[in-house]
Amino acid sequence: MTRGRRWRVVVLAIAAVYFLLPLLAAAEFSLRSPGGGYGLANWLAIVSDPVLLAALGTSLQIAVVTAVVVLALVVPTAVWVRLQLPGLAGVLESATILPIVIPPVVMAAGIAFVQANLGGPVFPALFASSTTALTPFYVILALPFAYRAVDNGLAAIPLRTLVEAARNLGAGLPTALLRVVLPVIRSAVLGAAFLTLALVLGEIVIARILLYTDTFPVAIVEVGRSRAGVAVALSLASLLITWVLLLAVSLAGGRRSPADRASS
Amino acid sequence: MSSAAAGSAAGSGGAAVEFRGIRRSYGSTHALAGLDLALRPGELLALLGPSGCGKTTALRLLAGFDRPTAGQVLIGGRDVTDVPASRRDTGMVFQAYSLFPTMTATENVAFGLRMRKVGAAERRRRAGELLELVGLGDRGGSYPHQLSGGQQQRVALARALAVAPTVLLLDEPLSALDARVRVQLRDEIRRLQLAEGITTLFVTHDQSEALAIADRVAVLNAGRLEQVAPPQEVYGSPATAFVAAFVGVVNRLAAVPDGPGRVRVLGASAALDGPHADTVIVRPEALTVGAADGVDGVGEPGTVVTRTFLGAVTRLVVATAHGEVTVDAVTRPGLPDAGEPTVVRLDTARVRAAT
Amino acid sequence: MTDLLDAPAADTDPAPPRAAGRGRALLGLVPFVGYLLVFLGGPLYFVVSGALSDPDGRPTVANVVAALTEPQYHAAFAGSLTVSAVTALVGAVFGTFLAQAVLTSRPGSPLRRVVSTASGVLAYFGGVPLAFAFVAALGQTGLATLWLRAAGLDLYAAGFRIDSLTGLGLTYVYFQVPLMVILVTPTLEGLQPQWREAAENLGASAWAYWRHVALPVLAPAVVGATLVLFGNAFAAYATALALTSGSIPLVPTAIASALSGNVLAGRQNVGLALGMTMVVVIAAVMVAYLLLQRRAARWAVR
Repeated sequence: MTRGRRWRVVVLAIAAVYFLLPLLAAAEFSLRSPGGGYGLANWLAIVSDPVLLAALGTSLQIAVVTAVVVLALVVPTAVWVRLQLPGLAGVLESATILPIVIPPVVMAAGIAFVQANLGGPVFPALFASSTTALTPFYVILALPFAYRAVDNGLAAIPLRTLVEAARNLGAGLPTALLRVVLPVIRSAVLGAAFLTLALVLGEIVIARILLYTDTFPVAIVEVGRSRAGVAVALSLASLLITWVLLLAVSLAGGRRSPADRASS
Repeated sequence: MSSAAAGSAAGSGGAAVEFRGIRRSYGSTHALAGLDLALRPGELLALLGPSGCGKTTALRLLAGFDRPTAGQVLIGGRDVTDVPASRRDTGMVFQAYSLFPTMTATENVAFGLRMRKVGAAERRRRAGELLELVGLGDRGGSYPHQLSGGQQQRVALARALAVAPTVLLLDEPLSALDARVRVQLRDEIRRLQLAEGITTLFVTHDQSEALAIADRVAVLNAGRLEQVAPPQEVYGSPATAFVAAFVGVVNRLAAVPDGPGRVRVLGASAALDGPHADTVIVRPEALTVGAADGVDGVGEPGTVVTRTFLGAVTRLVVATAHGEVTVDAVTRPGLPDAGEPTVVRLDTARVRAAT
Repeated sequence: MTDLLDAPAADTDPAPPRAAGRGRALLGLVPFVGYLLVFLGGPLYFVVSGALSDPDGRPTVANVVAALTEPQYHAAFAGSLTVSAVTALVGAVFGTFLAQAVLTSRPGSPLRRVVSTASGVLAYFGGVPLAFAFVAALGQTGLATLWLRAAGLDLYAAGFRIDSLTGLGLTYVYFQVPLMVILVTPTLEGLQPQWREAAENLGASAWAYWRHVALPVLAPAVVGATLVLFGNAFAAYATALALTSGSIPLVPTAIASALSGNVLAGRQNVGLALGMTMVVVIAAVMVAYLLLQRRAARWAVR
């Protein structure tokens, strides 16, 4: 259909300019050297700045723990619902939307209240460090996306058949999950993990409000007040890395996008 | 018959349609390789053929959804090759899913009238009449998802007829329906078509449909027209081997010359018009089976291999010295069973040369 | 990455057994539900109870009243509602056109795959990289600012600032458009070609087809998606926080100030009341979205 070609070109052109320009600008900005010209100084700052390095380490630590907890919660639950409680699938999907209804800033407000006012044995331990304080709540933030990703992965496989076959051959349910189901939904699980990583590397609202300033994204923002170039370089880097990881999972997963599916 | 649906004078619904030298190619693939076909005003022509033969392409070219690589399309003597689809005055019924989902049946049927700026009250009246005509007078307020497949197609038919088109186009309208509904709707389409006198092109891959309702059948194969003739002729005198095999079941039998213009086949002598052929075509219903102790010595002895009960007809496959022969016998007591000997007799007037 | 967020494919399993041992089955949900209750329900509980009590713990609605009526919060609500509504509308319109432009391109061309994977990533682009990218483009010394100045248009002389409501809005559109593309593409794909052809056959122009056939089918999904975009922008704070720590009038900014004792001490409870208002707004938006989704599913071809 050659009808109305023009509007498509216009729309795509505007989209291309609008979406590429900030990325190009950020790349250019990050490569600017003080005193004119271009150089990699900003990009190499992370290596030389101990504060930034430590912050990155903390955030990666949080990301790993968060991803593990998220998957430990989501995978068995998603499998359980599909196998034993299929009627509740809709209810559970609504439950996973709940975290989206409560914005991070509001969640932080509630947590801040606890942080300031409640004592006893549990709470001081919880709020002792950024890792212990932030991880449990980052799990909540990651839950909707992780659940959706894993559930989609499970929908595409004959789950009941696989689990029953495994159990028939002598495996207990946990073993069946670990050794049969998990490998099959590997790309969905990895996708969920990388989404979690992206989330943790970008989350500043809760961290800031609860006054934990030693995470990577908060450190970037702090640096940005004085050395904008470094901040731009670092945030571009974290974006690029998660983008590459997600693309790799998407391509390796071999699933065609809905657009391709419809065209064949 | 009521002239409710025809906006113009009753019975003058149809225009002549012509495909002149139509070619439609996609790179090196030819969907249609030179189609010359004319429809007479008011006739129902069935375009019959297997998938990929080009019949849907031809229909879409007539509707205006596609442009030919070469050739012309004429409606009512006028060249419409360059006329856009929305101005061709054709009414189309698609195979499925063509009703607008957010509109009721009445609104769907009235849509074409709305496009022609007909007033709301008049639209509703005409839509009501048409729905009545297709037997859905009381379902005007229903939405497509509340209607069965057969009902949806009736609404689609009413919608196409509402604008009193000069040509009606049906793109395998019954293929997506259950068998029983298919037969019912098929007869209704023919009834309506005759009443309105509207020139109709009916595309189908089902030969029984084509034979049942068409004035003429055009058989297409790989983009080429094999034969255009009334149903009896296409069935009884297939012009090519493809037509013979595609339309109905056929026996291909070896024939031995038996004097000028005659051949010997299945133990009988038959006259053959046209040049001599080594192989002849005989329809299963032109054969009969009888007792092994034949009266007149005419006929071919054999043994029944399979016997299939098809209702009014019982199909017997008989192994003879000349190979297996399919015989369609009217179901009656006394037909031989599988494994029993029998004699196959031929109606010598119904032998045709295989081309 | 959009495939991670698709609607699931048809189930490949045989039908499940009857719900025997239902109680035991429900037990399996305890870890998940329990976790949600503690770490999501917990903060929510404290937000609501704090919103509805005064600093000494006695129940009161004064905080909620203050949140909704005090003039200092008017600017915050005005700012949040404006930027959310505007970016939702801009994102919805442009996102729909972009999705359609991609869908109607030649199948198999790399365009589709590029846009669908890019949409997936950009929609979840965190606030931090986005804010800095836009500062790099449109900040005082940003690339686009410099180019425009060279072309004769001096943004900053005209009063533009990247860390203003307008600048924020421009930044928000960057994730609103991809999110719209993701949300609306399935419905656009559901537009049957037969509808277009049937409409044409009945004499409809392209405009008439869109107006009478396609738009009514798309409307519930498009409106629903626009609502999601609204909620998305309304809840967002990271971008604003990265751009500047307090100068943009938004409800989240007001909450953060109230909590930190900035400006005025002892306003924590009002801050919680503001938070509760946010939750109510977003919950209303999500409910409306779910209802519209159900409506949109009716038109889908079975």
